[in-house]
Amino acid sequence: MAHIQLNNDAPGIRSLVLYRPDTGKPLYELAQALLRAGSPDSTLTDAERELIAAYVSGLNCTSFCRNSHAAAARYLYGQERDLVDQVLADPETAAVSGKLNALLVIARHVTEDARTVSEAVAGAARAAGATDGDIHDTVLIAASFCMYNRYVDGLATLTPTDPAAYEAMGERMGTLGYVLPKPH
Amino acid sequence: MDIQKSLLQKGIPTRWQPDYTRTNRILHMPHIPLPDHLPGITGLLEYRLDTAMPIRELTQILLRGESTLTQGERELIASLVSSRNCTRFCTAAHTKAADILLGEDQTARAVLADPETAPVSEKMKALLQIAAQTQAPGSAVTEEAVERARKAGATDREIHDTVLIAALFCLYNKYVDGLATVAPADPAYYDILGDRIVHRGYVRPPGGYPAPAKTNG
Repeated sequence: MAHIQLNNDAPGIRSLVLYRPDTGKPLYELAQALLRAGSPDSTLTDAERELIAAYVSGLNCTSFCRNSHAAAARYLYGQERDLVDQVLADPETAAVSGKLNALLVIARHVTEDARTVSEAVAGAARAAGATDGDIHDTVLIAASFCMYNRYVDGLATLTPTDPAAYEAMGERMGTLGYVLPKPH
Repeated sequence: MDIQKSLLQKGIPTRWQPDYTRTNRILHMPHIPLPDHLPGITGLLEYRLDTAMPIRELTQILLRGESTLTQGERELIASLVSSRNCTRFCTAAHTKAADILLGEDQTARAVLADPETAPVSEKMKALLQIAAQTQAPGSAVTEEAVERARKAGATDREIHDTVLIAALFCLYNKYVDGLATVAPADPAYYDILGDRIVHRGYVRPPGGYPAPAKTNG
């Protein structure tokens, strides 16, 4: 049961943006800008952006965001979809590039205590080929999902348990992107 | 490495430099190139305008839009969350904004020290507890806290907005700290910033923030 009367039976963030569409609009626009576009010099793919979002949501134990963005990342990775579950299990041993690995370390620091993103942590990403835009976008994706996760969990929204529900969400996010849900 | 010297070389006036003796880590330069005249969040919001626009719009709606919470009360929530995240730039800016809106500087100070003993209504105490629970990593907003707020007269919309303001300031705090932006040490900087966010709000000024004209010597 959500903490407040949302007057709809949508899950997670969708129930909240249906409850208050005026704040929902910039929340969805931010997700679209973060996950489907990048800083001019950013080398991150949409799949990698979704993976960072899923990874941060997993660290924050927000199952709805973790599972939906993991599904979107799997959809966007296509044949390389196994990377998603490898990263969620342990980024250190996942078969991803050194650059993505270093950016995931930045994302973890932002999630746990952003003051610990040291020169050394940022420098390691740069040494592995990350651009300024990659570092910026990784920090902002991680910071933004710390917001989305707290919003979704803080109001105790509905979290589906059926994996098939997330697969459908992932395909929708992978094809249509972030479009405000319409009230029924 | 001589940080003070390197900051001076980047043209940051001494009075805007962070107070290194009061931070628990040595702050170097930001991790990405940001304009020297735009410390804290301002430089970041100019770095990528397409992400800044919805962040600004969301903040304007939540902190300045129509609400049964006063603007001062909403700034207190922003200030408390920033303080719990130990983000000096945001704490100083939103405490100043709260002071201006409340017309005194005691309430915000007391809220940061302990919301339960601060001179605010029982409803605000309950909402500040919800904000603190939203901010705290690995914690949850409890049924008891929500019940307490409701008993004190808080509406669903007020509870919703409190959670979303607290969550939004976790974004801001982590964005500002994660990229190691500069937090000016001079309180006068926050007087100007507080005045700006009270009187102009969170929208981007037309034309942005041009660099001040260079002067010789």
